[in-house]
Amino acid sequence: MSKKGKTLFVPDAPFRPGDKPDFSNLNLPEAGSSDKPDILVDPSDIRDLAFGLVRVLDDNHKAVGSWNPNLQPSVLKEGLRHMTLLRIFDDRMLTMQRQGKLSFYMKSLGEEAVAIAQGMALRPDDILFPSYRQPGLQFVRGRNLVDMICHCITNSKDNVKGRQMPVHYSWKEGNLVSISSPVGTQFPQAVGCAMASAYKGEDNVSISWLGDGTAAEGDFHYALNFASVYKAPVILNVVNNQWAISTHRNFSSGEATFASRGIAYDMPSIRVDGNDFLALYSVTSWAAERARKGEGATFIEVFTYRAEAHSTSDDPTRYRPKDEWKSWPLGDPLERLKMHLIEIGEWSKTDQSELEKELDELVIKSYKEAEKYGTLNEGPWASEETLFEDVYKKPPRHLRKQRQELGI
Amino acid sequence: MSQMNIIQAVNSALDIILEKDSNVCIFGEDVGYFGGVFRCTDGLQAKYGKHRVFDSPLAEGGIVSTAIGMGINGLRPVAEIQFADYIFPAFDQITNELAKLRYRSGGEYSAPVTIRTPSGGGIRGGHYHSQSPEAYFTHTPGLKVVIPSNPHDTKGLLISAIEDDDPVIFFEPKRLYNGPFDGDHKKAALKWDTHPKGEVPDEYYSIPLGKASIEREGSQVTVLCYGTMVHVAREAAKLSNIDAEIIDLRSLVPLDIDAITKSIEKTGRCVIVHEAPKTSGFGGELSAQIQESCFYHLEAPIERVTGWDTPFPHSLEWYYFPSQERVIEAMKKTMES
Repeated sequence: MSKKGKTLFVPDAPFRPGDKPDFSNLNLPEAGSSDKPDILVDPSDIRDLAFGLVRVLDDNHKAVGSWNPNLQPSVLKEGLRHMTLLRIFDDRMLTMQRQGKLSFYMKSLGEEAVAIAQGMALRPDDILFPSYRQPGLQFVRGRNLVDMICHCITNSKDNVKGRQMPVHYSWKEGNLVSISSPVGTQFPQAVGCAMASAYKGEDNVSISWLGDGTAAEGDFHYALNFASVYKAPVILNVVNNQWAISTHRNFSSGEATFASRGIAYDMPSIRVDGNDFLALYSVTSWAAERARKGEGATFIEVFTYRAEAHSTSDDPTRYRPKDEWKSWPLGDPLERLKMHLIEIGEWSKTDQSELEKELDELVIKSYKEAEKYGTLNEGPWASEETLFEDVYKKPPRHLRKQRQELGI
Repeated sequence: MSQMNIIQAVNSALDIILEKDSNVCIFGEDVGYFGGVFRCTDGLQAKYGKHRVFDSPLAEGGIVSTAIGMGINGLRPVAEIQFADYIFPAFDQITNELAKLRYRSGGEYSAPVTIRTPSGGGIRGGHYHSQSPEAYFTHTPGLKVVIPSNPHDTKGLLISAIEDDDPVIFFEPKRLYNGPFDGDHKKAALKWDTHPKGEVPDEYYSIPLGKASIEREGSQVTVLCYGTMVHVAREAAKLSNIDAEIIDLRSLVPLDIDAITKSIEKTGRCVIVHEAPKTSGFGGELSAQIQESCFYHLEAPIERVTGWDTPFPHSLEWYYFPSQERVIEAMKKTMES
C-alpha cells in the first residue's frame, strides 16, 4: 500500500510561461569580492570559488578586484568588436534560416562573451573543442566570415563538404576541432588531446565547453576524472545557461553548483559570471597559465543565461516565460563590456552604432560573396564523388564500387 | 624466428612499434604496471616508460575518447578494452566520433586509434566474457575490423592496424591466446608450438589489412571463417574427409571479396562459420555479398553455422559454441544438392 500523497519527487523549472520570473534568490556576490589565488595554489584551499561567483565588472561598469585582468583598451575594443559581430552575424543567419537559406541555426545571444573572452585569453596554438554554441572562437582567431557562411549554407565551398548541419564547424588552421551533434563527446577528447601535448612536452593547452544539460552525460565525468588522474593541461568549462532545450538545469544537477563537482576531482573549480567579459578572460588566463606550468586541469562553471531558443527547431515561449532573459540579474554581456569602455572614456554610443553599421555591412557583403559559391537549395554543393571520400583515408574497394553504382 | 603464442605475438608487435614510433602509446585497464590481465603488454612499461604504456581508470568510454583526443593531437594510441563484452560504454565514442571524425570534418581531422580487445568464447566466461560483437562495428562506415587466428598473423596484422591512418578494431580471439583450439574441449589443450603459424619472425613485418588467407586448399566446399572458427573448420574438414577450402578472412572490413569469389567459383558451395549470433551477424553480410558476386556459381544454398540467437551461456557453453559436428553437417548439406 502506498502512503497517501507520497510519490516520486520530480523537479521543475522555477518559472514557466505566464510566471513572472524573479531571480532575487540567486546568490550573487559583489564584483571584486573574491580573491584571485596564486596559480600554484592547492585546489583544496580555494573550494569557496566553486560556490561563489568571480565577477570583475560592477554595477557601475567599473572593473574591480584582484581578478581584474587590467587589459589594454585595445584588447577590450577587440572583444567588443567580436561580440558585436557575433550578434549581428547570428541575426543575419537567423533571418536567412527563416527564409529557407539555411537548414538550421543556433544563436549565441546572451552568451557572446563566453567564446570570445575565453578564446582571447588563449594562445593560437591552444586546441579548441567547442560545443555548438562557441562559434565566436573563430572570430577571435580570424576566420574568414565567407568561409563560415559557406559552411552554414552548405555550398560548394563548405570546408566540411556539406556533411554536417550548419554551425558544426571544423577549422584545422585555427585549431578548432570538428563539432559533433552528440553532446559532450568533445569533453574527454579534449582531455586526451591535452594528455598528448603533455606527452610530447609541448606547453599548449586544450579547452572544451559543454552545457549544463550535457553535464549529466557520462562523458562529462570521464573527462573530469581523466583530467584529474593524469593532470592534463586542459580547461573544462560547463556553460550553465540554465536551459537544455526545454530541460531546466534542475534536471541536470541537484542544488549544488556545477563548479562544486570539480572539487571531488581535486581540481581548481571556479564559478564565473559568464556575462562578464573581464571575469571570463581573467579566469581563463589563470587556468591556462596553470596548465602550461604543469599544474593540471581547471574546471570552470560559466554562469549565464541562454537568451534565445536552443536552435531554430524549438520555441522557448512554450516552456519558459517569454521575457525571462530580461529579468536575468547578470545582464547582457555585450552591453556590459560596452558600458565599461564608455565608463573608462574609450568608447561612445556613436562609436558603437558606427561599429554596428560597419559589421552589418561586412556580414551582408560576406553573405553575398558566400552565395557566389552556391546556396543550400540551388547548389552547387560539394561534388557528388565527395560522398564517398574521407570515410577512410583511401576509399576501399567496396566504396569505390558503390560510387560506380551511383554512376559518379 | 621464435615460437610464440598469440599473447607473445601481440607483445612482440607492440614492442616493435613502440621502439619504432615514439608517438605510439598504449593504455587501458591493467595494461601498465601489471602487463594486462592476459599479459599482452607484459614488460612493456618497464622497457619504454610509464608515459608510453600506462594504466587507465575503469572507464571504456573515457579510454576511447581520450585516445581520440590523442590521435587528433599527433599520437598513435593503442587502447585496450579488457574484454570485447565491455566495449559498449565506448560505443558512442567509437561509432559516432572515432568512425566519423575524418568524414564530418571534411578530411581536416582524423584519429589513428587502434582498439585491441579480446573476444569470443570457449573459456567458460559466460555471457560477459565470451561475446563476439564484431558485427556492430562492421556496420559502421569509417572503421576497419580485424580478427586474426594465429600468432604469425596476429603480429603482422596488429602492426598494420597500428600503422594504419584509419581507426581499427582489433579483436583477439581469447580462446586462441595460448594455443589453437579446434572446438573439442575434451581434448588436452594444444600449444602453439604444434602449429606452423606459431613460428613468428622476431623482426618487424606487416600483413596488409583486407587480404584473406587460404587456410586449407580444397575443391568441394568453401568455408568462410575467422578467429577461433578457423581451427574448428579445419578439424571438421579433417574429420569428415571433405575436401574443404577454408578461408580465414582475417579482416572483415575491408573484406577480401575476390578471394571469396574465386574460391566459390571453384567449389560452388559455401558454409559460413562464426561464433556471434546468427541474426544480423557478419555471416548474413557474407551471404548477401556472395549471392551478389557469384550467385550463378552456387550449386547449393549457403549454410551458416553460428552461435544461437541467445546470450552466450555459461554451463551450456558447448551447446552454443559452433561445433565441428555442426560444421560437418553444414558442409554435407551443401554437398547434397
